Amino acid sequence: MSTQVPEEQEQTDPETQETETSVEPQESPGDRRRAERDATRQRREQAAAQPAEPDEDAVLLKVFRYDPEVEGKMEPRFDDFYVPREKGMTVLDALIYARDHFDTTLTFRHSCRQAVCGSDALFINGRQRLGCQTQISDLDNPVRVEPLPHQDVVKDLVVDMEHFYDQMHAVEPFFQPEEESGGDLEEYRQTRDNREKIKMSTRCIWCGACMSSCNIAAGDNQYLGPAAINKAYRFAMDEREGENMKEHRLNVMDQEHGVWRCQTQFSCTNVCPKDIPLTEHIQELKREAVKQNLKFW
Amino acid sequence: MHEHDVLVIGGGGAGLRAAIAAHEEGADVAIVTKLHPVRSHTGAAEGGINAALREGDDWELHAYDTMKGSDYLGDAPAIETLAQDSPGETIQLENWGMPFSREDDGRVSQRPFGGLSFARTTYAGAETGHHMLHTMYEQVVKRGIQVYDEWYVSNLAVTDHDDPADRECHGVVAYDIKTGKVEGFKARNGVILATGGTGQVYDHTTNAVANTGDGAAMAYRAGVPLEDMEFVQFHPTTLPSTGVLISEGVRGEGGILYNSEGERFMFEYGYANNAGELASRDVVSRAELTEVNAGRGVEDEYVYLDMRHLGEERITDRLENILHLARDFEGVDGLEEPMPVKPGQHYEMGGIETDENGETLIDGLYAAGECACVSVHGSNRLGGNALPELIVFGARAGRHAAGKDLGEAEITTGKTSEIEEETDLETPVEPGAVTTTDEDVAADGGAAVVEPDETVRHTVERERTRIEELMEKDEGIQHAELREDLQKSMTENVNVFRNEEGLKQALEDIREVREAYQDVYVNDPSRTFNTDLIHTIETQNLIDLAEAITLGALARDEFRGAHWRQEHQERKDDEWLKHTMLSWNDGSPELWYKPVILEGEAKTYEPKERSY
Ligand SMILES: Cc1cc2nc3c(=O)[nH]c(=O)nc-3n(C[C@H](O)[C@H](O)[C@H](O)COP(=O)(O)OP(=O)(O)OC[C@H]3O[C@@H](n4cnc5c(N)ncnc54)[C@H](O)[C@@H]3O)c2cc1C
Ligand code: SF4
Ligand code: FES
Repeated sequence: MSTQVPEEQEQTDPETQETETSVEPQESPGDRRRAERDATRQRREQAAAQPAEPDEDAVLLKVFRYDPEVEGKMEPRFDDFYVPREKGMTVLDALIYARDHFDTTLTFRHSCRQAVCGSDALFINGRQRLGCQTQISDLDNPVRVEPLPHQDVVKDLVVDMEHFYDQMHAVEPFFQPEEESGGDLEEYRQTRDNREKIKMSTRCIWCGACMSSCNIAAGDNQYLGPAAINKAYRFAMDEREGENMKEHRLNVMDQEHGVWRCQTQFSCTNVCPKDIPLTEHIQELKREAVKQNLKFW
Repeated sequence: MHEHDVLVIGGGGAGLRAAIAAHEEGADVAIVTKLHPVRSHTGAAEGGINAALREGDDWELHAYDTMKGSDYLGDAPAIETLAQDSPGETIQLENWGMPFSREDDGRVSQRPFGGLSFARTTYAGAETGHHMLHTMYEQVVKRGIQVYDEWYVSNLAVTDHDDPADRECHGVVAYDIKTGKVEGFKARNGVILATGGTGQVYDHTTNAVANTGDGAAMAYRAGVPLEDMEFVQFHPTTLPSTGVLISEGVRGEGGILYNSEGERFMFEYGYANNAGELASRDVVSRAELTEVNAGRGVEDEYVYLDMRHLGEERITDRLENILHLARDFEGVDGLEEPMPVKPGQHYEMGGIETDENGETLIDGLYAAGECACVSVHGSNRLGGNALPELIVFGARAGRHAAGKDLGEAEITTGKTSEIEEETDLETPVEPGAVTTTDEDVAADGGAAVVEPDETVRHTVERERTRIEELMEKDEGIQHAELREDLQKSMTENVNVFRNEEGLKQALEDIREVREAYQDVYVNDPSRTFNTDLIHTIETQNLIDLAEAITLGALARDEFRGAHWRQEHQERKDDEWLKHTMLSWNDGSPELWYKPVILEGEAKTYEPKERSY
């Protein structure tokens, strides 16, 4: 593992824009803005490049790097980036800063930056978290950022999500009511209580943090895993589907690689960024499955 | 080459709905999307879906509210279609299992929303978009619709006819993000663009990082007009450091806005003596910025939104999500401190010109969702009207592309006899491409490429060359820097407040970025998951869209809806009841106008003063 301190790459030479500014007789608002911008940029870059020690002003990011086809990156390593600290800064902000200012090849998924798209689940200081939801100020410095464990790494912080999607798709993740609703403009009726019961289970954003944290899933590739089981719970407990469907759904859960694999270690529940009580949901499905089996005795 | 009947570009709300509709009509349909569908920005929508479902309400009222909200710049046939189809489409979502909030009798709940004369906003907690997106993705899985996820569509395969109205779209070229392969996708029946918003034109937006307006920019360059791009909605309560949205619900529950002097400025300075904090989005945004400009902002940037007085119980009961957002994204505890807020870009009301069936000027090319402008929002969108737009027009585009007859559209596309030419806009710099070469015309000796397979193959070749060139250069300028310059200038000059000097400054800045883009290069040599390359291609789209927004804003010298002009403080109905249209003609934008259609099914909407 080698460590690479980002170099001062851009902006060391005077910009053409600056030359223009000095030639222009009158300073327009645009010029003023450009000058200000360049000054800020330089200030930030100095802050980023200089500190020898991570201190009050800078965060030291230690980021996992790997690229299967680029020489020098085929051997996994960690790179160091000093990122100027700002109020309210999240790990995702820091990664974006490092990418845009020091190394545009740094690769990670992200989009919504508000904890709804589920694309930036990462292993941050030894724990699965969403980069965008994690405040730098809540973490010890340096901040170590790695891809989700137990998933194949595609490049840098990007992991292969196919297996996760396959498990989600395996539980028939779609509404299957037994009866037609009342008519064209008629909804199925659902009690407030029932909606409340499934509420937490419907919040899943498919980030994969739970699956990555689960020891059982790590050892048994076929285990459906907490997210998929939670998805099954979401429909099994929805009264609109009807009793027969519920039975069918419990049968899907009541199999070798289904609910029984769970050993209630709570790691999924602990890492879920949407606070879904995953272990509880799995336990409840176990109980329901037992009840159902007793019925047929 | 991949081949399907219908190709849907984008897996957000509009794309998923379009794909399901096309599939139901029996078409072989595939979704090509740069993000996995559940990562789309539709998942961020909070408030709800407007649909006239209950007794006492009807589609005509919804249509009227929408027309008034649009400041009379929406087209009646589009608005009426939205209001008529929305109830059926909303209940359809319920029937697919969407977990809507419920009333005591088990029916779906509705709540009041700004600008609506009836509480018709149907919702699922404060996460309506999340549930809508997931529910529709579930239906896509159920139907086995093929999804090419993490494929970036970089161009449209359109024939080379001289007149855009003669052109046909036969597919797209996409880049497999995971492997770097560039491949052709042929569509036998049609291509539907559902690529979402353009928020990344600004540096402060509620939109996702992926919202770079790719579809709109690609359609524009292929010859489809962009409509009403100057109408950009700014939301008054976004967190300063990230742009994350703090829902209108906070003010709805009684949240108060303060300036740095501790004054309740909405009343104190008379911005809205009746509605106060609950005035419409454009009014509150302008008030906040006026405070900041007058030196009464906090840190010269924002104001405070305070909800502490509502009490912990009420806050956790109704605004729990807001506590999380403020804590996670701004490091502020909403129970203990007021939250800092400022206006942020939120929604692009303009877009790709389409008719009620989603068709564009180019045969075989459709658009739906935020990237499109069928013109339901006019110059100002009502909250809760974007989500019904996705399902109503997504479904229509899907059906039409799959071959179903939806009847003749009333909205016309492209230039017709009623259009008004207008080309005398004075610009400080020459807008449009830096150099116009022949590269966009037929490559094989000048003969137009019109045959479907050849059109796709030819476009694939062009994209491969473009990508190779970007990758081969070893030095130059990087996209991040250009994007930052562009976003800063747009935020400074083409924001809530606009004046001629600023707009011209923005055009100059855009020109500068456009010229610098000639030198852009991709630093990452890898073919695996090369986000550097993707962001570089996206940046070009942002440049074209920023220019379209700015040109439209400079030309429209009136004050309408979200478009405020310092020198022109009134709505000028005599001159400006018309849509701004921009066509890309051989590399330079041409500006023209088309009249607004105020004639509805049963009545003609009369422009009135908009007061609430
Ligand atoms: C924070 C927030 C809250 C909102 N709340 C509400 C609300 O309460 N009610 C309401 O009515 N509206 C609301 N809106 C507006 C509404 O949510 C959006 O207008 C709408 O979701 C846009 O949906 P879409 O399907 O058009 O695009 P998106 O959901 O953004 O989907 C775009 C899709 O296109 C794909 N794509 C883009 N470019 C490419 C490319 N080059 N190649 C391949 N694929 C591509 C993306 O991967 C994505 O799948 C809100 C918006 C925001 C930002
Ligand atoms: S259950 Fe939680 S941790 Fe697991 S995928 Fe869903 S949101 Fe992520
Ligand atoms: S970026 Fe979407 S969840 Fe973090």
